[in-house]
Amino acid sequence: MTGTEATTRVYRLGEFHRFEAEGANFLYLVPAGAIFAVDTAVRKLIDCLTPGELPHDRLVDDLAAAGLSIEDAEELIAEMFHSNVIVARGSTPDQPTPLPDVFPIQTLVMNLTNQCNLSCQYCYEFGADKVATPEGKPKFMDLETAKTSVDFLLAQSGDRRSVHITFFGGETLMNFPLLKQVVAYANERAQEQGRHIDFSLTTNATLLTPAIIEFLSENHIGVTVSMDGPKEMHDHLRVFSNGRGSYDIIEPRVRALIQNHRTRPITARVTLTAGVSDVIRIFRHLKQDLGFHEVGFAPVTTSPNQLYAIGNQGMDNVLDQFHALADEYLEHALRGESHGFSNVSDTLAELCQGVNKSHPCGAGLGLLGVGPSGDIAPCHRFVDSDQHALGHISTGIDKAKQSDFLRRGHIDSKYDCHTCWARPLCAGGCHHEAFVRYGDTGHPNLHYCDWIRDWTDTCLKIYGAIAAKNPGFLQQFAERKAS
Amino acid sequence: MRHMRSLNKKAARIEDYVASRTEDVVAMQDRPSSQQRPHVPMGCALMFTPGWEVDAAGGTAGLCQPVERDIYDCFVSCYWPAQVPDHLNNAPDWTAKCATATKDWRNLDLVFP
Repeated sequence: MTGTEATTRVYRLGEFHRFEAEGANFLYLVPAGAIFAVDTAVRKLIDCLTPGELPHDRLVDDLAAAGLSIEDAEELIAEMFHSNVIVARGSTPDQPTPLPDVFPIQTLVMNLTNQCNLSCQYCYEFGADKVATPEGKPKFMDLETAKTSVDFLLAQSGDRRSVHITFFGGETLMNFPLLKQVVAYANERAQEQGRHIDFSLTTNATLLTPAIIEFLSENHIGVTVSMDGPKEMHDHLRVFSNGRGSYDIIEPRVRALIQNHRTRPITARVTLTAGVSDVIRIFRHLKQDLGFHEVGFAPVTTSPNQLYAIGNQGMDNVLDQFHALADEYLEHALRGESHGFSNVSDTLAELCQGVNKSHPCGAGLGLLGVGPSGDIAPCHRFVDSDQHALGHISTGIDKAKQSDFLRRGHIDSKYDCHTCWARPLCAGGCHHEAFVRYGDTGHPNLHYCDWIRDWTDTCLKIYGAIAAKNPGFLQQFAERKAS
Repeated sequence: MRHMRSLNKKAARIEDYVASRTEDVVAMQDRPSSQQRPHVPMGCALMFTPGWEVDAAGGTAGLCQPVERDIYDCFVSCYWPAQVPDHLNNAPDWTAKCATATKDWRNLDLVFP
């Protein structure tokens, strides 16, 4: 760069989101995903360029009029230019690099069975919006398929030192005998290779026994319980096939799980629906009454015409309650304490890394699902769907189908997202939700854009406030993706 | 960077990049500081007069400027034909691009006979 080049530039504002927290100013740079605390000089520069673009000398003059020395103004402009807070006329954004041909898998989600002892109306596997086509396929995974899946994960995970298996269903514990065998086999194979496998599972908790809990604890298996809150809310949709609610069955089992599983935090995962959206009450019950370590919420995935779908007004109500819990989270964080609202902690972890996603999640990329039949799916939500299968565990990934899935899900092909400042984290949202809503896994989830932007802004403010007042708290997120 | 403080991993990478594009080399420092003017290599010599600095021990071993810049003063004020570019006969323009030594010292290049 020479001085002449700089002085002939015409500047305009780059792409960023401004936010304030604890009286300080911050910038979230898009698409980098970088977070900066900025001083008043940066604010002045942004004010100068807000009405429109300015040539270099004019910008220096305006900054001088705002109280900066010429030398400081030049230095400020150089800093802002090289960090893309401001850009020069005629500059083109960096083009994303193409995906690598070989992407090592990190996580395999094994659907041990597609059978379930509950009949939750909203279930994406069995409910009205299901994508699965299980007819004629095995209902339970057999040992051979499971072993092949473990071998597949180890072979396809490149030089990753540590890989992950998530057990899923159906109801996972309906095939607990296989789960035990898989853990033993996978540990043995990983040990041979000097690698590490860790495990987690999702369950409805109906089949938990003291022996199972002991096994899960001994083997450091992370447990997520699908649970929707106190009895009247939980039993609203999480019912057995005869319509009876499942709360009374699982409550003592959940308490025993939390009390006796001492090696991993136990998480509750709540599905919010039209009748079950009292977020704060649900959180209090699961966190304080039952003692879950973390509680996460997600609105039900559904087409908008289902009775249990949450409408716009319902979502506003949910967001208000999220804000109240987020305020609590911040108070806890500033005291250095864990709060347990995982919707905040998960977002903070991504903000800390500064993620800038090409795809909304790892589905089809670093994560794959395997169904009981051995069919490979982009993730557990697409398991048993012929339309979305990406090959078979015995023959490997169908590269053509995989690349078609990834091409459609890439942020580049989601034009609506290109002007959104929240795209580094969202990248258009869940492939499965997009398919249920729009019939295309690559369609951006436009029905929750405002919601995502509001929530991202809330979490940025929390991040800024913690960075200003208790930065040590963020260290846990810096280490979180270390392996 | 003087005006922005990085708060996450991606921002730290941008900060490194911006530093490489905007900040100047300051002698005897591991990292450039935000206050780097005037460009005097404090810490290795008492004054900026290339060719005549001594280091903290009174010798030249600890000096940080490249040798061709250290002999600038030999050329300008003290003709010493054996070791410096010969401004009388062979390299009369050696300092032509160096109007102010404290700012332009980088322009003093090697002389290739």
